[in-house]
This record gives sequence, C-alpha cells and structure tokens, in this order.
Amino acid sequence: MPLLELRELTVTYKTEGGPVPAVRGVNLNVDTGQTLGLAGESGCGKSTIAASVLRLLPTSAKVTGQILVNGEDVLTMSWGKLRAVRWAGASIIFQGAMHSLNPVQRISKQIAEPILLHSPDTTPTQASKRVDELLRQVGLPVSRADSYPHELSGGQKQRVMIAMALACRPNLIIADEPTTALDVMIQAQVLNLISALVRDHGIGLIMISHDLSVLADTCERLAVMYAGKIVEEGPAHQVFTDAKHPYAEALAWAFPVIGDPRTRLSPRGLPGDPPDPAQIPSGCSFHPRCAVAEDQCSIRDMELWPAGERRLAACVRVLEAAEGESVTLIVPNEKSPATGEAAVG
Amino acid sequence: MTVTTEAIRPGQIAWDRRRRALAAFWRQYRKDRSGMIGLAILVLMILVALAAPLLANSRGLDPALATYPANAGPALRYPLGTDSDGRSVLTELIWGSRISLLIGFAATFLSMVIGAIIGIVAGHFGTLRNWLGRQTDNVLMRITDWFLVIPFLPLAIVLARTLGPSLHVIIFVIGITSWPGTARIIRAQALAVETRPYLERSRALGAGHWHQMSKHVLPNVMPLLLANTILTVAGTILSETTLSFLGLGDPTRASWGEMLNAAFNSGVGTGNALWLIAPGVAIILVVMAFTLVGHTIEAVLNPKLRER
Amino acid sequence: MLDGALAAAQELRGEEAGAAKVGTGLARSLGVKVFSALVTLFFVIVFNFFLFRVLPADPARNLVRGSTLTASQMAVINKTFGVGLPLPRQFWNYLVQTFQGHLGISFEFHIPVASVIGAALWPTILLVGSSTVLSTIIGVWIGIRSGWDRGSAFDRTSTAICNTLYAMPDFWLGMVLLIVFASKWAIFPAGGMHSFGGGGSGFASVGDLLWHLTLPAIVLTLVYLAEYSLVMRSSLIDELGSDYLLTARAKGLRDTMVRRRHAVPNALLPSITLIMLNLGFVISGAITTETVFSWPGLGLASYSALNYPDYPVLEGAFLLFSAAVIAANLIADLLLTVFDPRVRQA
Repeated sequence: MPLLELRELTVTYKTEGGPVPAVRGVNLNVDTGQTLGLAGESGCGKSTIAASVLRLLPTSAKVTGQILVNGEDVLTMSWGKLRAVRWAGASIIFQGAMHSLNPVQRISKQIAEPILLHSPDTTPTQASKRVDELLRQVGLPVSRADSYPHELSGGQKQRVMIAMALACRPNLIIADEPTTALDVMIQAQVLNLISALVRDHGIGLIMISHDLSVLADTCERLAVMYAGKIVEEGPAHQVFTDAKHPYAEALAWAFPVIGDPRTRLSPRGLPGDPPDPAQIPSGCSFHPRCAVAEDQCSIRDMELWPAGERRLAACVRVLEAAEGESVTLIVPNEKSPATGEAAVG
Repeated sequence: MTVTTEAIRPGQIAWDRRRRALAAFWRQYRKDRSGMIGLAILVLMILVALAAPLLANSRGLDPALATYPANAGPALRYPLGTDSDGRSVLTELIWGSRISLLIGFAATFLSMVIGAIIGIVAGHFGTLRNWLGRQTDNVLMRITDWFLVIPFLPLAIVLARTLGPSLHVIIFVIGITSWPGTARIIRAQALAVETRPYLERSRALGAGHWHQMSKHVLPNVMPLLLANTILTVAGTILSETTLSFLGLGDPTRASWGEMLNAAFNSGVGTGNALWLIAPGVAIILVVMAFTLVGHTIEAVLNPKLRER
Repeated sequence: MLDGALAAAQELRGEEAGAAKVGTGLARSLGVKVFSALVTLFFVIVFNFFLFRVLPADPARNLVRGSTLTASQMAVINKTFGVGLPLPRQFWNYLVQTFQGHLGISFEFHIPVASVIGAALWPTILLVGSSTVLSTIIGVWIGIRSGWDRGSAFDRTSTAICNTLYAMPDFWLGMVLLIVFASKWAIFPAGGMHSFGGGGSGFASVGDLLWHLTLPAIVLTLVYLAEYSLVMRSSLIDELGSDYLLTARAKGLRDTMVRRRHAVPNALLPSITLIMLNLGFVISGAITTETVFSWPGLGLASYSALNYPDYPVLEGAFLLFSAAVIAANLIADLLLTVFDPRVRQA
C-alpha cells in the first residue's frame, strides 16, 4: 500500500470572479522511503497540493477526490483523527521559514509543541532531550535551543523547520520550496541534510520546487505540473535530461548546464506567461506557448500516456511516437542549436 | 502640403493618467457598501448645511425673537421641540451644522497643511545622506513626538482660555493640536516614496528640494493624505464638540457642541430631552460618516486593508 | 486619531527593533528612555511657563484677575512669582518652585494649588483606574472574539456598536444615562461622589461610593472599550494571514489553541502599546465625564478652574496631566521592551 495516494485530486477556489481551479485531477503515489519531486512554475498548484494533504486549505477551497495517507482518506476523516495525523503521520516543511515560525516564542518551545501535543504523557525533561536530539540531527548547536527566531540566520531557521518536521517521527514529509529563500551554499547544505535524514529514517518525501535541477539531484522520481495538472512523471534523472513533454523540456533547459555548448547557444525560457487559472486554454493548456504545438493540441483533452518505462507524459507526441505515426518524428536530442526546433525526420 | 499634428501639452499625459486613476478608484470605492452609506450621509449633511437658509429661518436662532414656549416637546411647528429659550431645536440643529462642519473642515485643513509640510520635509530631508538632513528629520520628529505626548484636552483648554473664546481660536487650537498624527503617517509614506528610483533620477537631473518635494513626493502622498484628512475631520468635529461643551467655544455661534453645552447648563433632565438627543445623534452620524468614508478610501488604496 | 496612534505605535516598535540591533544593552536603553521622558517633561514645564507667565500681556493683572486678595497677599504673590524680575530669573524661580511642589495659589480657593490638586487626585484615580481595567479586559476580549470570527454575527454587531460608541461624545453618553437612570428612573444618583452626610460608615460608605461611581465608570468604560476592542480586532486580523499560524495548525493544534497560544500573543503587542499610550488621554478625557457627573476629581477641578478662570490651578492641572501621559508612554515603552523579544536585547 503506498504511503500517500492522491486520486483525482481537484481543488477549486471560490473567488469574487467565480470559481478558480488550482488543481485539476491529479493522481500521484509515494511509497515509504521514496522521494518524489514536484516541479512547476508559480501558480501551477504545487503548494496547493502540499496544503491539501493535511487539509490546511482555507474554507474558500473546494476539494474533491481522495487523499489517502496510509490508506485512510484525509478528506473524509473526523477532525480528531485529522489532528492526530497532522504532524505525526505527515509533516510539512513550509517555504519561507522567515515567517513560518512564531516570532515571540523560543524555538525549543516551538519544536517541543507537537511532541507534547501528540504524546501528552511526555515529561518536560523528555521533551527537552528530544528537542536537543533533533537540533543535533539538523546540525544546530544545542545552545541555541532557547533562541528566538529573529536571532537565527535564514539557513538556521530552515534547519529549525526541518527539526520541527521530524519531531513526531512522521512517515511522510512534504518540503515546500525548502531552499528557495536561501543562498546557494546554504541551499546545498540544507538539501544534503534533507536527503540524509530521509535516507536514515526511511521517510517518504515530497519535495516541491520550481528548480528542476535541485529536484533531479535529491529525488528518485520527478513529476512536473503545469496549470493544475501533471504533465510528466518519471525517474528524476530521465525526466531532467530527456523530457518528453515540451514544457518539462523547457523547464529543464531553463537551468544552464555549465560546459554544455548547447546551453550557451540555444534560446532558453518560454514566450508568454503561465495561464491565468481562471482562463485555462482549451485542450492542452500549454499549447499557446508550445513551440511544437499541432492543431489537435487546442482541441483534444490531454491524459498522461505511457512514455517509456515507469514514465508518463501528457503530450500527443508521446502517443504518436508510441503509435508509430510518421507525420512528425520527435528526436529531441538532435535539436538544431540555433532554433531549438525539432528536426523533422 | 502641411501636416498639422496636435501637440500634446506637457501636463496632458499626467492629467489623463490621473483621471483614469480617479475613475478606477471610484469604481472600487462603489463596491463598498459602508463607504457608500457614509458618503451618502456626508453629502446629505453638507447639503443641509449649505441649504440652511432655505430650510429654516435664521431669525429662529435669536433668543429675543423666540416666541415658542420653552422646553416644549415636539409639535408641528417645532418637530424636535424647543430649548430653554423657546427656540426650535430643529432650526438650531440645521444652522448648527454649518458651524460644526465649518470648524471641522477648517481645523482639519490647518492640521493637514502643517502635518503634511512637516511630514514631507522630515521624510525628504531624512533620506538625504548628510548630517544636516538627518538632524532636520530628527528635530522635526522630536517636536512631533512632544506634541503627541501632550494630552489634547488640557492643552486645548489652556490655549483656548488664554487666547479667548472665538471661532478662530477654536479652529486654531484644534488645528495645532491635531497635526502630529498626520505628520507621522505622511513622513512614513514620504520615506517610502523617497526610495523610489524616479526620485533619484530627478536628483541626478538637478532637481532642487522644492521641486522634488512638490512635484514628486507630494502627489504620491496625496491619496494617503486624503484618507487621513477625512479621518481627522471626524476627530476635529468631536474635539470641537468637547471644547464647546466645556464653555470654550463661541456662545454666539451655535454649533452642535454649543447646543449640548446649553442643554447641560440649563439642567440635564429638565425639559425637552430632544434638545439633548438631537445634536448628539447628529454628531454621531457625521463622525461615523467621515470615519466610514475615510476607512473605505484607505481600504481602496491599500488592498491589504480591504479584508477588514 | 486611532490610525495615527496605531501607526505611531508600530513605528515605535520598528524603531525600537532597529535601535536594539545596534547593540545597546538593556539597562542602557532603559536609561535612555527615562532620560528622554524627563527631557519631555522639562519641555512641558518650559511650555507652561511660557504660556502662563510670559504670554499674558500683563502677568500681574492676569494673576490677580477675578480674585479678591489683600494688598499683603498681592505683595506675596508678586514676590513669589517674581513679577518684574528679568525673564531668566523668573524662569529659574519657576523651575525651583515647581520641583518643590509650589505650584502657586488658587485664585478661587486661596489655598495652594498643590492642595487643590492633591484633594482631587484620588477620585480621578479611582474613576479612571476602574474604567481602564474594565475597558481593557472587556475590550480586548471582544476584539479577539470579533477578529478571530471575522464576519460572524458577533463580529458585525460588536463592530457596529463599537464604531457608534467611538463616534459618540463621551459627555453626551453621560448625559443620556443621567436622564434615563437618574432622572426618569431614579436608580442612580445624579452626580457627586458621596451622598449628603457621607452615606454612612464602613461598608455602607463604600457601597455609597460605588453607587455613585457606577454611572460615570460605565460611561468611561464604554467609550474606551470601543477603541480598545477595535484596535485589538485590527491587530488580530493583521496576524491572521501569518504563516506561523499555518504551521501551528499543521502541527495538529485545535483552533482555540492556535488562537490562544500563537495569534493572540503576537496581536497583543501592538495593542498593549496603543492602550498604554491611550492611558494618558484617558485621564484628560475624564474631564468631561467628571463635569457631567460632578465627580470631584481633577477633571472637575479643571472645569471649574476653566470657568473661573483660576489660572494657577489650570497650570498645575496641565502639568499633572502631561506628566501622567509622559509616564504612561514610558511604561508603554518599558512594557514593550519586556514583552517583545525582538525589541529586547538581553
């Protein structure tokens, strides 16, 4: 049984201008000890998915589908059960640790809070020892336990968030852009820390980021989201180096590979902006910005089709490749460096 | 063949932009129900004040000419009853609106001018990277803080008593005790504006202090100033009411506060209760109206506040 | 007024945090604050001197106006107030006398101003103290409840009521209550602090006092409760969007615990500052209420001094009121230093 299973998860926000779909029918699995990266631009719905796993969305959000944590549907759980699952079953490392910590409480108290909440018979001494243990695990000096958040640097605050997330020994951790606000060097440290901890404790991890290279390094599997849907999924390294969906490809190419001449010469970035969730294009939501879009792309509804071993992609070209149609053959590796267009063979 | 093109006046672009901004502002403002109610009440009050001569004969204010029975309850010719001199409360109420609103606006105008000048000057010179600039800011802010610390009512009492009872004194007293709040807010906004690139650009182009402050900083603090001004009027009207009640106002000009003063002095509980109630209700309505409008303007300007 | 003060309070916090970061020790920053308060007080004294001794065209006549003093009393006054001496000398005399507590002789009562003020102090403290305690507790509670359940029936009702109270002149409310409860239905006395004859002794006397205290205290409580509740509500709503509340919820805390343990402590900080800053004005706001209810406190003393006009008493009262506000500001500053770890520099 997978640790986390999202079945046709759909989240729609009620706004002044009408309902806005943020997540549209997402299916995802994470097994125990597995690491999954969730990538995409701002507004594609990834943070919404993170919040929905623990039912933390505002009341203006309508959620349908199923979110199964250890086989139990979070969306239909009673409040008591939900509060028990929160943090003890699955915890979240929020982005922007600057504001995710209570500014007027010492960090030791904040880390100890979930411990005391979920195991009420813990004595203060036991809690204190556990806090020290956690701080050691994340590489923070135990002497800092009584500090206030504003006395810590950005990297240290993020480590506190990680320590807090581990406090109740959850089976699943969702890290929402854990390194976005940090310097590159600190970023590397924090990522290594997360990977090590996840490995040591056999925790399932979903890491959310807009930086594909970070995810490719840290996670086994990678899922790319666009406009509320998953458009590609597969082994991280494969998706990164050999993306089947044009958007995933563009995302991968957006981060330069030092030393690779193709990076220097090929145009990067995509024209246009991510679609307004209130006005999502018909058919494939990516088609207005796609360099290789066809006529059918604006009409036909996309699904995740098999694109290789344990790989899925929501692009008709994958279908065509599979069905062996000869109208256009996709040979992504032989892109013309100057134009980036697929060679037609 | 000559081709004539219409030259665009230099100010035209700016004015078009301002007109569009105003239209957008109004559209957003209209959505707020409480703001519209406040505005309606305000407009009504101002109309009543302006139309006073049409609505009630000013001779009704003269106690020597009062012919109605004193302290009478409501009747057809005096719907709100009469006061201890036999004057119609409604007449006094209508004419009193003029004085109360006049003092409110005038005192606020004074306070706003002082507060804006000090706020802009302090904010502008405070961001200059020289010692003189910072000291200017420092000194101005110390003065502002000092004024903030002084309790309003005792200061107003002392000033008004020393300077004598008259309309001008009241306006002056309220004006020079209300500006610190405005100054602080405007200074904060000016500081924010000063960090914007076009200020630096204009300095590089050789703009003097006066030009920077009047052509760049001032227009950008205007919206906030407007909101603050309206909220200040609410406060000034209440202040005038209090000062009149304490006997510091001009007894010959019957503002609503003066009506309450007279009602109090003739013995609370004796006679026509409406004499007491009516001005109070009028004050509550006007102050609430200004507050609602002021808060709505603030909310339109600052989307963060809209949720409230 | 409200917003200006709130902005000032927030700016105060910001500036304090900035100052703290520069590395001033706790004791040092306290010392600076106390010194600053004393300087402000000094300027108040200077202002007082200027207004009462320098400004009037003929100080001598001003001091005597409306008073019936004998020639020898006049000579004493002239000597005490240094009428005719050069200005710096006058000011020095004034300074010395003020610090010694010689605030002048009351025109109306012919006793030292210090005595007049001293007798009036306790009733004002009683009235203002009880009202502040009540209005703070009730106001903060209402504010928290309204802010947390924003948009609920409770919120809409309480906000409407508070807005109305805030727009109301406090003395008007007092007069209305007088008419209803003391005139129409004679439940409460029409004013004063004690019934004629003292109202009995022991418990009966205390009861009589409370009976007289009720209406004026209700008026002040209502008026200040309105402001406190609106401030607390705003403050809490500001905190509602904060990320750390999401973290708290994600940990599995109940809604009430999230509110109590995380939101409220953070929202209280600017509110405490504002309430303390307001305390000084509460005292002077009591002037009108004491007038309406003939409560023999400093406010009523100021009112009669105003009408007489008894300049020495006015001068003394103004000094005292200003000192109270300065003290309240200082306490607000200190409280913030104690309670906000971001400002504190241990």
